[in-house]
Amino acid sequence: MNIWEIFVNYYDYFLRGTRTTILISLITVFFGFLLGCLIALLRLSKNRLLRGFAGIYITVLRGTPLLVQLYIVYYQLDFIPFPKTTVLDVALDRALPCAIALSMNSAAYVAEVIRAGIQAVDIGQTEAARSLGMTGGQTMLRIILPQAIKNILPAIGNEFVTMIKETSVIQYLGVSDLMYNNGIAASGTYNPLPCYYISGIIYLILNLVAGKGVSIFERRLKRSDR
Amino acid sequence: MTDNGVLIETKGLKKNFGELEVLKGIDVQIKKGEVVVVIGPSGSGKSTFLRCLNRLEEPTGGSVIFEGQDICAAGVDLNALRQKMGMVFQQFNLFNHLTILENITIGPMLVKKESQAEAEQTAMRLLGRIGLADKAKEYPSRLSGGQKQRIAIVRALAMGPDVMLFDEPTSALDPEMVGEVLSVMQDLAEEGRTMVVVTHEMGFAQKVASRVLFMDEGQILEEGTPDQIFNHPRSPRTKDFLSKVLDVI
Ligand SMILES: Nc1ncnc2c1ncn2[C@@H]1O[C@H](COP(=O)(O)OP(=O)(O)O)[C@@H](O)[C@H]1O
Ligand SMILES: [Mg+2]
Repeated sequence: MNIWEIFVNYYDYFLRGTRTTILISLITVFFGFLLGCLIALLRLSKNRLLRGFAGIYITVLRGTPLLVQLYIVYYQLDFIPFPKTTVLDVALDRALPCAIALSMNSAAYVAEVIRAGIQAVDIGQTEAARSLGMTGGQTMLRIILPQAIKNILPAIGNEFVTMIKETSVIQYLGVSDLMYNNGIAASGTYNPLPCYYISGIIYLILNLVAGKGVSIFERRLKRSDR
Repeated sequence: MTDNGVLIETKGLKKNFGELEVLKGIDVQIKKGEVVVVIGPSGSGKSTFLRCLNRLEEPTGGSVIFEGQDICAAGVDLNALRQKMGMVFQQFNLFNHLTILENITIGPMLVKKESQAEAEQTAMRLLGRIGLADKAKEYPSRLSGGQKQRIAIVRALAMGPDVMLFDEPTSALDPEMVGEVLSVMQDLAEEGRTMVVVTHEMGFAQKVASRVLFMDEGQILEEGTPDQIFNHPRSPRTKDFLSKVLDVI
């Protein structure tokens, strides 16, 4: 079978796999962002213990392979009775630990981006706000974050685009994402090479679309940059 | 405020940065309505002194009493005290993401809970005074340095402070813009506002100061009226410093 015949025969697998990859990516982006904000807050907190914890979290999650983290989370959380149901062809008892691991990993990168974005705002802005009598919270919400967000959002956008590719590790836990279905097509046809081309092209398209989305978003931001 | 009209008093004020002793025990009284100008060589601790007055720097020792309250005492409402001490920075520090009007109203609205209408009315009146009412809707990036600094002064004034602290307000300005800022400050002085001004503008000090402090190596080495300091300095260090800065002018 040539590449076209393989796609015609197996497109159902590729498309379902793509759907799972997109879903897992969106979930990761969402929870990774929330958790990332929390870690960034801890990282910037006055409490040395919290700061230290966030620092260790970031170092560890960025310093070890995602695949290792995935297995550790999967086996570490095996005491949790995840539902054994299947949603959109995805087995939840496998997909949920994956989503947790991916979100935890994404959060470490997001946290660093947020911290860097906040610290890039001139300290003079804080001093001016505090000298007017604003509280630390008011200063952060009304003065620092609105300025930091313009450094943060584009970098986070890139983080998310990268995440789409990273999700491919979840095939190893048997979550039927694009690479998992790629494997089915490859062994079914005894012809893996065209399958990898197809998957490669799909990942590329996903990335280009997501990247385009991010840059449109960025342009919007710039336009409102007064 | 205490009966003798003292607004701010520092007693043995000390500040270290690690091993470095930047303030070595400063005793100063600033009375209501006084314009106190602080001069001295670069690195002598002038900014640190000023920043200790509203606790932007945490004093290492001694005390700062503002309107009868020790600003370092436990449980003191620092934010309430700070709104009564306007501060103007060398680098202006206008809020870049806010319009000029918003820069001026955000303090009164957030901190003093003024209504927007009320805060904007005050802001427009103050902007009118410095001839920049037409800039209300502009963003800081569109203004010249001199305009930014005048706005920064107005931003502090909008809080209705009892004292204004200036840290080298004209040092980051192109020479042709120094005058417009100094003239606003002179107006404030003539209104009887209490001001503490760190500056290298000796002309301003001579004309406007009620008292001049000469600071060197973390200590007040000499203080007196402008006439005493500029025309009859006692300490050789003061003489030396003045000969250098007055030479340049
Ligand atoms: N945050 C800081 N950390 C460490 N050293 C500082 C800090 N701020 C000021 N200093 C040091 O304190 C001394 C006095 O500084 P400063 O008060 O800015 O002097 P001035 O305003 O008279 O030029 C300088 O030697 C300066 O390097
Ligand atoms: Mg200074």
